[in-house]
Amino acid sequence: MTAAAVRVTGVTRVFAGAGREVVALEDVDLTVAPGEFVSLIGPSGCGKSTLLRLIADLDAPSAGTVEVFGRPAREARLSRDYGIAFQQAGLLPWRTVRANIELPLALAGVGRGARRERADHLLDLVGLADFAGQFPDQLSGGMQQRVAIARALADEPSLLLMDEPFGALDEMTREHLQTQLLRICAENRAAVVFVTHSIPEAVFLSDRVVVMSARPGRVREDIAVRLDRSAVAGAGLDSASDDLRADAGFFAHVARVRAALHGTPSLAVAGDTVAEDAVRGGAA
Amino acid sequence: MSGPAAARGPGRSAVRSGLAATLPPVALLGFLLLGWHLAVTLGDVPAFVLPGPVDIAANLRELAGPVTGAALVTGRNAAVGLVVGAVLGIGLAVLSSALRPADRLAAPVVTALAVVPIVALAPVLYSMYGAASEQARVIVAGLAVFVPVYVNTLTGLRQVAPVHRDLMRALAASPVQVARTVTVPTALPFVFTGLRMASSLAVISAIVAEYFGGPRSGIGSFITTAAAGSDYAQAWAYVVGGIVVGLVFYAATAVAEHLTARRSIGASTLAGLSA
Repeated sequence: MTAAAVRVTGVTRVFAGAGREVVALEDVDLTVAPGEFVSLIGPSGCGKSTLLRLIADLDAPSAGTVEVFGRPAREARLSRDYGIAFQQAGLLPWRTVRANIELPLALAGVGRGARRERADHLLDLVGLADFAGQFPDQLSGGMQQRVAIARALADEPSLLLMDEPFGALDEMTREHLQTQLLRICAENRAAVVFVTHSIPEAVFLSDRVVVMSARPGRVREDIAVRLDRSAVAGAGLDSASDDLRADAGFFAHVARVRAALHGTPSLAVAGDTVAEDAVRGGAA
Repeated sequence: MSGPAAARGPGRSAVRSGLAATLPPVALLGFLLLGWHLAVTLGDVPAFVLPGPVDIAANLRELAGPVTGAALVTGRNAAVGLVVGAVLGIGLAVLSSALRPADRLAAPVVTALAVVPIVALAPVLYSMYGAASEQARVIVAGLAVFVPVYVNTLTGLRQVAPVHRDLMRALAASPVQVARTVTVPTALPFVFTGLRMASSLAVISAIVAEYFGGPRSGIGSFITTAAAGSDYAQAWAYVVGGIVVGLVFYAATAVAEHLTARRSIGASTLAGLSA
C-alpha cells in the first residue's frame, strides 16, 4: 500500500496568547490520498491555515504527528516534497516572471538548461508565455497568482499546498483561475490541500471538502464531492466550468457544505440523495 | 543624421525630455547668480559682507591649482572615511540582525554615537594622532558615516516580507541562499539610502573637522585661513571647491545605487493589464 500524501494524526496546536492560551487546533485527524484534491473550509479562526502550515512544516504541532508521503513533515519539507502557494503571490519583485518560476529549481541546484525548459512548459501551462521577461509589478493580481502557482509546480511536487490563493482576487478572475487549476491538476496528478473560505470554490475544485469549526479548531465534517469534472479538467474551458457550476449536483453539494458549516446537517439537501450518498461514501 | 524619421523620433524626444529636466534648474541658477551679482554691484555691498560671483570666479580661476589640491585632500579623507564607516556599518548591521545579543550590545552604543556631535571629537583626535596627521579627519568622517549606514542597513535587513520568509523555508533554502535570494535584495535599497545620506555627511564632517586644527591641507583649513585673512572672495572660492566635492560624492553613490538596485518594489506599474 502506498503512503498517504498527507496523514495528520491527533494534531493539536496551542498558541501562547497575551495572558491566555489560544487553541487553534484540537485533536485533528486528516488523511489525503495521492492525487486527491481536498479543501479545508471553515469560519475565520478555525485553524485551517494553521493546519496547512503544519503540513508544510512552517509551524510545529503542540501534540500529534504530521506525515507527508510517509515521513515526518520536516523531512518532507527538506526534500522539497511539496509546492506551496499563499494568499499573497509572494513573488520576488526584483526577478522576472521567468526567474520567479525558476526559483525553486535554482535553489535545488537544477542546471540552467533544464530550468529554462521547465519554466517554458510552466509558462505555457499558466498561459503567461508572453510575459516571461516582465517583472511582477507589471502584472495584474490574477497574473501574479498564476506565476505563483507555476512556481509552486516548478519542482514537479506530488503535493500542492494552497492557502487561499485566490482569496484576494475578483470573482471573475477567481472562477477563471479555478478552471485553470482543475486543468493543471489533471495534468500534474498532484494531491492538493486547498484552504478557502468560499463554499462554491471548495465544491467546484475538490474531491473532498473538510468542514472545520472554530474555537477550538476541529474537523466537523468530511464531505465527499462527486462531480463529473472531466469536461473542465480536459480543456480548461470556462464554458464547461459554467455548465458545471450550473449543475444541480453542484448546488446540492454547495447546500450540503453550507449546512455543515452552519452546524445544521439535518437541514441539508432533503431531496438530494446524490449528495447524501456521496457523504456516506466519503465517511465509509 | 540621415537615419529614417522613425529612428530619429524617439532620440529627439529623449533629448528634449533631458533638456526639459535640466534646463529649468540651470536657468534658475543663472538667474540667482545674476541677482546676486546685481545686488552686490548695485547695492554697493562691501566684500567682507558678501563678495560678488565675478570676484569669486576670478579667485577660483587664479587659485584653480590650490583649490583642486585642497579638494583632493578633503575628498580623500571623506572617501576613506566613507568606505571604512560603510564597511563597519554594514558589517555590524549584518551581525546585529543575525545575533540578538549583538543587537542588544550595539543598540545603546549606536544611540550614543548618534547623539554625540562627532566633529566635536576632532580636537581630541588631533592630540592623539599629532597635528600633522590627516588620521583624525578620516576617523571623524568614518564615525559620521557609520551611524546612518548601520541604522538603515539594520532596518533593511529586517524588512523581509513574512511571505518571502515562509517561501524560503518551504523551499528548504540554506541560510546563504536565503541571504542571496531574499534578504540582500530586500535590504539593498535601505543600504543605499543610508549611503546617500552618509556620503554627504562624510564630506561635511571631513571639512568641519579641518576647522578644529590639524595640517593646513584641505578645503576647510583654507576656508578658515582665507576668512581669517579677510580674503572673503578666496574663502568663497574654496567653498565652491567644497560644494564640488560634496556633489561628486552624492553623484557617485546615486550612480552606484542606480546600477545595483535595478528594480525596487513598485518602480513601475503598468495598469490595465487583465488576467
